[in-house]
Amino acid sequence: MRENDTIDITLKVWRQKGADVKGRLETIDVKNISTHMSFLEMLDVVNEDLTLTGREPVEFDNDCREGICGMCGAVINGHAHGPEKAMTLCQLHMRKFKNGATIVVEPWRSRAFPIIKDLIVDRSAFDKIIQSGGYVSMNAGGAPDANAIPISQEIADKAMDAAACIGCGACVAACPNSSAMLFVSAKVSQLALLPQGKPEAAQRAWSMVNTMDRCGFGNCSNEKECEAVCPKEISIVNIARLNREFLKASFFSTVE
Amino acid sequence: MQPDGKVPGGPLTEKWNRYRSTIKLVNPANKRKFNIIVVGTGLAGASAAATLAELGYNVKSFCIQDSPRRAHSIAAQGGINAAKNYPNDGDSTWRLFYDTIKGGDYRSREANTYRLAQLSTNIIDQCVAQGVPFARDYGGLLANRSFGGAQVSRTFYARGQTGQQLLLGAYSSLSRQIAAGKVLMFPRREMSDLVLIDGQARGIIARNLVNGEYERHIADAVVLATGGYGNVFYLSTNATSCNVGAAMHAYRKGAFLANPCFTQIHPTCIPQSGDYQSKLTLMSESLRNDGRVWVPRNQDDKRPPNAIPENERNYYLEEKYPSFGNLVPRDVASRNAKEQCDRGNGVGATGYAVYLDFKDAIKRDGKDVIAKKYGNLFDMYANIIDDDPYKTPMMIYPASHYTMGGLWVDYDLMSNVPGLFVIGEANFSDHGANRLGASALMQGLADGYFVLPYTIGPYLAGTVRPSATTDHPAFKEAADAVDTRIKSFLNNKGKRTVDEIHRELGQITWNYCGMARNEAGLTEALQRIKELQTEFWENVRVPGSADDYNLSLQKAGRLADFLEFAQVMVTDALVRKESCGGHFREESKTEEGEALRIDEEYCHTAAWEYKGSGKPPEFHKEPLVFENIALTQRSYK
Ligand SMILES: Cc1cc2nc3c(=O)[nH]c(=O)nc-3n(C[C@H](O)[C@H](O)[C@H](O)COP(=O)(O)OP(=O)(O)OC[C@H]3O[C@@H](n4cnc5c(N)ncnc54)[C@H](O)[C@@H]3O)c2cc1C
Ligand code: SF4
Ligand code: FES
Repeated sequence: MRENDTIDITLKVWRQKGADVKGRLETIDVKNISTHMSFLEMLDVVNEDLTLTGREPVEFDNDCREGICGMCGAVINGHAHGPEKAMTLCQLHMRKFKNGATIVVEPWRSRAFPIIKDLIVDRSAFDKIIQSGGYVSMNAGGAPDANAIPISQEIADKAMDAAACIGCGACVAACPNSSAMLFVSAKVSQLALLPQGKPEAAQRAWSMVNTMDRCGFGNCSNEKECEAVCPKEISIVNIARLNREFLKASFFSTVE
Repeated sequence: MQPDGKVPGGPLTEKWNRYRSTIKLVNPANKRKFNIIVVGTGLAGASAAATLAELGYNVKSFCIQDSPRRAHSIAAQGGINAAKNYPNDGDSTWRLFYDTIKGGDYRSREANTYRLAQLSTNIIDQCVAQGVPFARDYGGLLANRSFGGAQVSRTFYARGQTGQQLLLGAYSSLSRQIAAGKVLMFPRREMSDLVLIDGQARGIIARNLVNGEYERHIADAVVLATGGYGNVFYLSTNATSCNVGAAMHAYRKGAFLANPCFTQIHPTCIPQSGDYQSKLTLMSESLRNDGRVWVPRNQDDKRPPNAIPENERNYYLEEKYPSFGNLVPRDVASRNAKEQCDRGNGVGATGYAVYLDFKDAIKRDGKDVIAKKYGNLFDMYANIIDDDPYKTPMMIYPASHYTMGGLWVDYDLMSNVPGLFVIGEANFSDHGANRLGASALMQGLADGYFVLPYTIGPYLAGTVRPSATTDHPAFKEAADAVDTRIKSFLNNKGKRTVDEIHRELGQITWNYCGMARNEAGLTEALQRIKELQTEFWENVRVPGSADDYNLSLQKAGRLADFLEFAQVMVTDALVRKESCGGHFREESKTEEGEALRIDEEYCHTAAWEYKGSGKPPEFHKEPLVFENIALTQRSYK
């Protein structure tokens, strides 16, 4: 571990009481931040200070603080989850910032993610998308032996790559159209790759994409910003797979 | 009153099958008439809610996070055990059962543990059918590894994200039932009280965390799947929202807390670096398969690790436990790390860390092989600590990780409060005084997919419940009590923040009721926790208001419950004057300084009953009877 350096920074952080009121950037000077702190620990320190000086703390979502629950997230100086590649906000450390830096902190911005308070947004649209088809239709109890159907390592690995999505919403925040295609494609791909998910693959793609549209997300115009910010490095190859399944579904539905 | 585990008769291996074939079934048409509340959407809660709904019950499901998919189970890395015996290396239901009982140091109920081992195989079938992408061998069959020193390879895994994949599987089943209208989902809710009517669990008060409203929910039964209480130590590997609140609401309404002193401290976590620290990150236990643990032989040796010559390094685990070496069980590894550091041989900025060195493994297998096995973990370490573990040994230190204790339940997973069921880490469970690696995920899913959906039936079909609505006075009383508590936090206007007091609680519990415990320390801890509790109620400062999102306010409620719970935990540790599993009493050790169990006096489950605010809880004893296994002292020499 390196020397315990400290830095001073200026935060410009989004404050908004609720969905229906206007928000604004508030400037907070923060002194003596250890560079070993994570970004969220820095916010904890700021909040302790706000509390003791009679002001309201900055509300932000977080839980696991190790990059897996998908609860945290904010746009830092224009980058969803901050400047580092393949990283959630909770994994970002203060050593990545220079002494004297100004850091702008804003919530995910999308019509489909209304703001609840400060940096907290409502991502329940993601749950709605999964509810519309992100599963294999089977009940507990009737499953065959787990080794009954061999699955090649290559396919299992690809499915796992797609399944790694943590549902954080950064892809939506980064997309100029606020599209949720990367998120949707990750689930559709995972299940379409596996024999267990194949029978429903086309139908699943169809209804998840339709739900995505209904929830107010935009269309995909191949900007690739989503892939660049995704903390789990979900590839846009998945979007191609989703399009294939979706086409199959539209084909069958016109034939009918 | 002696709690009755209600273990069915017959030979151990037949109990569950017989039970299932003879229980009173709920008529399918009647299932539609029953409402069940499930609090928590981790592996246990999500699997239970989905399965109950599949069977036809009406389910209401609650969680603190914004989505059920984010429950703490998501963070489990290593894997899930099952006695599939796919590698043909001699595993069986019996062996998994035996290992679990022995690993738990003979402090769990035989019948429950056997059932768990039996159901383990069904879990893997279920998860594969859901599309969980488990790791596979070249031939396309499922891959297994040996985990936590087990002698057979029975652990299934999905890269380093097993918990995530299993939870997303359960979440997908839950989502399907939400879409079908059989589960009503209430995210961003906190259960703030349990409601009893005529002594039966009939509902909850849920606080809406977005607008602060108190919502009343009534049902025929209430299931708690609210996870463990590891955050009683403040710093732990648990998610920040993990709490003991739901369990404490149940406790104050009469449910017994069982073996709260049984907690698991995980040996391989990233050490603390400063006071601001909010959590400790777990490094998978698998690292001990190749890493060698050592400290400098000389106290206060401040040289960088690579400058310390071989003969001045103490590979203390290999020296002390030649046959198990670095793979000794979690509690032994943790305790030895603490001993070295207490003696002044620890390393790092705080002196509370030991080295985990991959130099020899890299020399033997090459950097590429090590990178393929542990690359992700090494990257994670490098990001947090800003150091390269390929070149410099990692630093690790134990941290609170899992809690074996919890609400007492019988064979049906029902607490002593009729209609209140408890599943997953929240119950005192099948792990006795210590849990084997990769067995918590197994237990959560066994409870939710395969046990509770059966065992809840006889209660629903066989008891009479008065018809009632949420206008019943019991609901009003509970909601008023919640309101009073919330307002008192906000009106207090004290001088100390919630986190500050929680941190102080953590220091007390960690120092006196952590890896090693003794009478004097525990007595002092009890006193200090009481003082801190008084300090909290008099001097806490909670900002903001009650009618919008207010995390400090949520945390204040959780801390109030931790402060009360910690006293029960310490009391339990005080009266259990033996060492067993994760509970090491310094007064009870062998001549060689190892843990000494005292079966004549302590072969029982301790169940604690609430006796009123500020009063000591009352002790009840459920004796443990071992009909199928002979008790032996653990030895890892
Ligand atoms: C870092 C880490 C790694 C681990 N790795 C492994 C592993 O490899 N293998 C293994 O077997 N085990 C592992 N474990 C242990 C295992 O993950 C947990 O024991 C298990 O996931 C607990 O599941 P659960 O369903 O009981 O509870 P949780 O997953 O903790 O879920 C609790 C749920 O209850 C809700 N809740 C809590 N209180 C309230 C309330 N008052 N009101 C409303 N909702 C509430 C929460 O929102 C959440 O939905 C690991 C644990 C940690 C910390
Ligand atoms: S695709 Fe990536 S950015 Fe989008 S929700 Fe999933 S993990 Fe987050
Ligand atoms: S807090 Fe869980 S991913 Fe950041």
